[in-house]
Amino acid sequence: MDLSTAYDALGADLQATLSLWLIVLGGLIVIVWDAFRERDALIPVFAGLILVGAIVWDLFQLTAEPATAFYGLIRTGGFAAFVNLLLEVSALCTIVLSVPYLKRIGKDYAEVYGLVLFAVSGMMLLGAANNLVTIFVGLETMSICLYIMAGLVREDEGGIESALKYFLLGAFSTGFFLYGIALLFGSTGSMYLAEIGHAASTSTSAMYWSGVGLLLVGFLFKVSAVPFHMWTPDVYQGAPTTLTGFMSTASKAAAFASLILVLFYAVPYEKWTLAVAVIATITMVLGNLVALSQRNVKRMLAYSSIAHAGYVLVGIVAGSAEGYAGALYYLLVYTLMNIGAFGVLALMEWDNESGRTQSLDSLAGMGYTRPFIGVAMGVFMFSLSGFPPFGGFLGKYAVFAPAIKAGYTWLVVVGVIASMVSAYYYLRVLYVLWMKDSTDPAAMSNDKRVALTVPASSTAVIGFCAVLLLVFGVYPEFLQMAVDFFSPSAVSIAP
Amino acid sequence: MTPQFLFFCLAIVAITAALGMLIARSPVSSALWLILNLFCVAGLYLTMNAQFLAVVQVLVYAGAIMVLFLFVIMLLNVAALPSVRDIDWRLGVGFVLGVALLAQLSYAIASSTDLMPAEVSLESTVATGSVEVVAKELFTRFAMPLEMIGVLLLAATIGAVLLARRVSPK
Repeated sequence: MDLSTAYDALGADLQATLSLWLIVLGGLIVIVWDAFRERDALIPVFAGLILVGAIVWDLFQLTAEPATAFYGLIRTGGFAAFVNLLLEVSALCTIVLSVPYLKRIGKDYAEVYGLVLFAVSGMMLLGAANNLVTIFVGLETMSICLYIMAGLVREDEGGIESALKYFLLGAFSTGFFLYGIALLFGSTGSMYLAEIGHAASTSTSAMYWSGVGLLLVGFLFKVSAVPFHMWTPDVYQGAPTTLTGFMSTASKAAAFASLILVLFYAVPYEKWTLAVAVIATITMVLGNLVALSQRNVKRMLAYSSIAHAGYVLVGIVAGSAEGYAGALYYLLVYTLMNIGAFGVLALMEWDNESGRTQSLDSLAGMGYTRPFIGVAMGVFMFSLSGFPPFGGFLGKYAVFAPAIKAGYTWLVVVGVIASMVSAYYYLRVLYVLWMKDSTDPAAMSNDKRVALTVPASSTAVIGFCAVLLLVFGVYPEFLQMAVDFFSPSAVSIAP
Repeated sequence: MTPQFLFFCLAIVAITAALGMLIARSPVSSALWLILNLFCVAGLYLTMNAQFLAVVQVLVYAGAIMVLFLFVIMLLNVAALPSVRDIDWRLGVGFVLGVALLAQLSYAIASSTDLMPAEVSLESTVATGSVEVVAKELFTRFAMPLEMIGVLLLAATIGAVLLARRVSPK
């Protein structure tokens, strides 16, 4: 390539990926700002405004023509904008919910907001990647930030354990991932997804399939599918609750988006589906069954998030445009549900002792003292279990219907049975919230309950998530939009 | 012929050094074996005409990372580490023979399938390993990931400081 024109091209690409650079720049400013004025109350406001700016930009990009930037390393336009929006909304909600929560647990370091922004930039790279190098750099940027967030509560032994476990297992999965990339490059001679797919469509070698397998291990670890899920419950339980919400939604959405791109572009369809279908089955079954026996609400939601990864995999197994779009749509709905649910849990964590353990009994009777929270939690729980008027139902329909069309009826039967089982533990939370007596000896004393204040910002975010879930439950515009991302005209862009 | 000869010499020394690292009794000599291993790998890169990679290997691994290793070893109480029991030489011979057999078998299996990498002439690799070529690729085609790695390293540094900072009283 010619060096004299290279920098003009790079400059033009900077504009095409404006939201990414806005967020990186915002993160840098947050870090420097905090160095001069520690714990300035305006820092989270600034970080939120940066995200709002990025959201506005990506809303306009939703209808843009798909293209690539930076020598084909990253994609722009529809699909990328959709994933970016999802990540940015998740980060924005997390930041708003985190401000009062982190202050209450005495961890209101402004660096956390910088790390959230850096993590989002990594996820945006991961979710819109067109090249294995981009995927790897994005994955690592995201992971490093998440390891730090998991270990934020150092006084808590569970927190340290979770961070260390996450870090060590994550390092191993990165090793697998990198080895997979090396094998794919070695067997096809390219790092670009479409070129790999092109080379694989004519002939595939054992080296190629080893590479795909190792790459899948790395991805399935990040989305916590079942043989690679061991870190999830501990990490979700040990991390600060609002940041757990961020981890369970944004990082999963980015990893799934990237997995969809890799499977869609770089791997011939027929060969991998059965393996992924088996993983989806055991993920749904095990996630839901173990969630049944959890006493701790955060841990229960961790197993539920494993189960939801299984549902998304069902959509991916279908392998059609509708299936991939369904998976994307499910991620959108799932993000809203989980951010909201963890946001509610964060509000109910009123002291460090029993808040951290967060047993079901400690929530008893909260529906009457805080009716808004109780109703919102009701929306999230019904939606998570997939009841009709809410987004969760349409999401499940969007992943299950294409799988039936692709001939995976048995998989969908397992999925439907699993989600019926899941209704038991989701609705048990509501039962405890609304029907159990708050004077239960295991519950908190009343004066502590009164001392629990609900900031208006958190109310707004939780209300926003609940209302959007209702809207997405009856208005499938986004689903249709996601289908268009995989239409032949959108797919044909060069690497 | 010379490059192949060099390759085998360096590879044998590298494997020996790796074994030496595993069975050395003192952590410090383990670290020294590791340095030898890393230098040999750098030499391997040189035989494949990847000069830049070789220099980076020496600078980063044999230089920076090894210094870190040695620091950690010095900070640990070496005497308190669990003692290593004597290595039975018969086991050692058995191990070497086993590795040789495994290498032979895996070569046989690999060459009967399509796992063996294609032969690449040395002349064709000359153009790809120099600093100029690497730098040009790095600052044009891969400029974006390179910048993002900057963000990654910054996040890691901040995280290290954040996690290591003194716990402030509430």
